[in-house]
Amino acid sequence: MAVQKLTIAKALNDSLRKALEQDPKVLIMGEDVGKLGGVFRITDGLQKDFGEERVIDTPLAESGIVGTAIGLALRGYRPVVEIQFDGFVFPAYDQIVTQLAKMHARSLGTIKMPVVIRIPYAGGIGAVEHHSESPETLFAHVPGLKVVSPSNASDAYWMLQQAILSDDPVIFFEPKRRYWDKGEVDVEAIPDALHASRVARTGTDITLAAYGPMVKVCLEAAAAAAEEGKSVEVLDLRSMSPVDFDGIQASVEKTRRLVVVHEAPVFLGVGSEIAARITERCFYHLEAPVLRVGGYHAPYPPARLEDEYLPGLDRVLDAVDRSLAY
Amino acid sequence: MTVESTAARKPRRSGTKRPAGAASAAKPAAATAKTHDAEPQLVQLLTPEGVRVDVAENPDVAEFAPFVADITTDDLRGLYRDMVMTRRFDGEATALQRQGELGLWASLLGQEAAQIGSGRALRDDDYVFPTYREHGVAWCRGVDPTNLLGMFRGVNHGGWDPTTNNFHLYTIVIGSQTLHATGYAMGVAKDGADSAVIAYFGDGASSQGDVAEAFTFSAVYNSPVVFFCQNNQWAISEPTERQMRVPLYQRAQGFGFPGVRVDGNDVLACLAVTRWALERARRGEGPTLVEAFTYRMGAHTTSDDPTKYRRDEETAAWEAKDPILRLKAHLLATGAADEAYFAELEVESEAMGKRVREVVRSMPDPDTMAIFENVYADGHALVDEERAQFAAYLASFEGGE
Ligand SMILES: Cc1ncc(C[n+]2csc(CCOP(=O)(O)OP(=O)(O)O)c2C)c(N)n1
Repeated sequence: MAVQKLTIAKALNDSLRKALEQDPKVLIMGEDVGKLGGVFRITDGLQKDFGEERVIDTPLAESGIVGTAIGLALRGYRPVVEIQFDGFVFPAYDQIVTQLAKMHARSLGTIKMPVVIRIPYAGGIGAVEHHSESPETLFAHVPGLKVVSPSNASDAYWMLQQAILSDDPVIFFEPKRRYWDKGEVDVEAIPDALHASRVARTGTDITLAAYGPMVKVCLEAAAAAAEEGKSVEVLDLRSMSPVDFDGIQASVEKTRRLVVVHEAPVFLGVGSEIAARITERCFYHLEAPVLRVGGYHAPYPPARLEDEYLPGLDRVLDAVDRSLAY
Repeated sequence: MTVESTAARKPRRSGTKRPAGAASAAKPAAATAKTHDAEPQLVQLLTPEGVRVDVAENPDVAEFAPFVADITTDDLRGLYRDMVMTRRFDGEATALQRQGELGLWASLLGQEAAQIGSGRALRDDDYVFPTYREHGVAWCRGVDPTNLLGMFRGVNHGGWDPTTNNFHLYTIVIGSQTLHATGYAMGVAKDGADSAVIAYFGDGASSQGDVAEAFTFSAVYNSPVVFFCQNNQWAISEPTERQMRVPLYQRAQGFGFPGVRVDGNDVLACLAVTRWALERARRGEGPTLVEAFTYRMGAHTTSDDPTKYRRDEETAAWEAKDPILRLKAHLLATGAADEAYFAELEVESEAMGKRVREVVRSMPDPDTMAIFENVYADGHALVDEERAQFAAYLASFEGGE
């Protein structure tokens, strides 16, 4: 059956399984990915079926995980590594930024770095420190890396395949609080391109652009706004590097208003870049300045405050109102 | 030896390249072989049956035994009390997590002797850098146990002032604190002080680059730091064999300082070995690695399911080495304590448990505006701006609708 109803977690698991089946060079690496199937069970059952040489429990060392993945890629493998939680990617940041991102350019294009780094990210699960961060900007800012995040099961399934097929390093951010959301996956479909944005809901009055965990919030906001007679378009950006500016521009030329929403701090975030570019591209179309909704310039707060910290329905609707008031 | 067989393997010529799919069939034996002794050589002063080890017959422990020669029966009861209270607190916290009062808990069940033995070896002016499981060490430092629960409840990221008890905040990013401990120890040495520093971490953590760098710095600068690794056999689902191929304590040798493996379920041996290591540090002889060979009897944290990767027989075997039962047997056999003493302690631990439950349940959520507190010591214009915007946003709801 081509269309299945899957959680994002299961879609990712199926996607990894398919990648392992299709290409013997694909490897899964990370802490606890084997017997345990990962702390979120995304790799559940894969070691059992593909063996310890393909699904590799690594020592507890993130720099080691990414550094050796680089070496394996040099040797012709396609490693898909799991970083257990967002806040633990930083021991590997050196390898990612100083080595992985630059290898292709430094080798004058002769070396390919088909490494995927999967990172469960962002908040909303009531976790302790370092388990709820949104560091995507820190990667999107680095030339040589591609940065994407699916918001639904179909994208989880397809974008991960595409990331694994890519000859460039891809930082694959998985919205952990959405792991258990279900959606339809057509495993025979022809998917959207990895870096194309997608109109998740059409509207005419204003565009909300988001990715990963915030797409759902924006869809809820659009539904709530519809009850007040406002027609909100929701764009799922899907990719933070590159960003599909053409897709955003097309939407903004129609609605004339844009609010960018993400969990990461607003200051110098992905939204800042989009605001600047869209202002440049659509200056004469815009009826209001591009607004941004996101995290604050403060450390991610303890769990009991995350509901206040994370952009929710009210903060998104507030921005919609502010934009429409111009 | 498996290590040699790996080293002796000839480099493969490109012509003999295997197809990647065939890799699992030709797995080298070294990849699965266990290099660790089932019953490793370790410093032990109290057997699992609770019998004091005869030092004359065990020259291996002769170097360390003098470090507990002064321990009285009162002291032994004190160590016992520490372990019982710590276990009770830990059990209470696990229960509170189950009741939804805590978001997460990292239990120390089984590691009481390692923590109390090492914790009681410290002087007040020594400084401790814990990971996230050192509830017993915190107890020894006089940190109010309820303070440990704030971060697990989700009301703060710390919960105590580290300088009050010389007990640093819990560190969740694995291995980071070993470098902080080393730097602190470098400062101690620069100041000419004679205190020492102790860094706690796990067997899994020892794979991190940070830990290797901490070993390097402490060795090169001869810093007064004790690296206290609780090898509880597991790093979530990964056994120690997934982290290293030689016994953990032997790693120190390559960095140029001594490593000792101690029975981590023997509170007396942990006390003795840690005192020995701390005194080396105080004398200016540099760092030591202590590997406390112990066992995590529960799950990694309350989110973990050890049945996915661990055998029941293994857990049962370690239960027979329970650190608390061991000292209790000793206290009873030597007449150092009687049933009345244990009953009294039960009452005391029950009272502590009750207080912990009450304090946690009434722990207030932080004020919303706390998000913007203490981001900078000197203040910051952007934070001020966002704080004001957020306050205005919140105020817009009041009286609205
Ligand atoms: C840098 C980093 N990577 C991954 C994790 C997730 N994690 C938390 S505890 C843990 C296992 C730690 O094992 P070990 O060091 O042996 O200590 P134990 O918890 O067994 O006491 C892992 C992988 C983390 N906290 N930090």
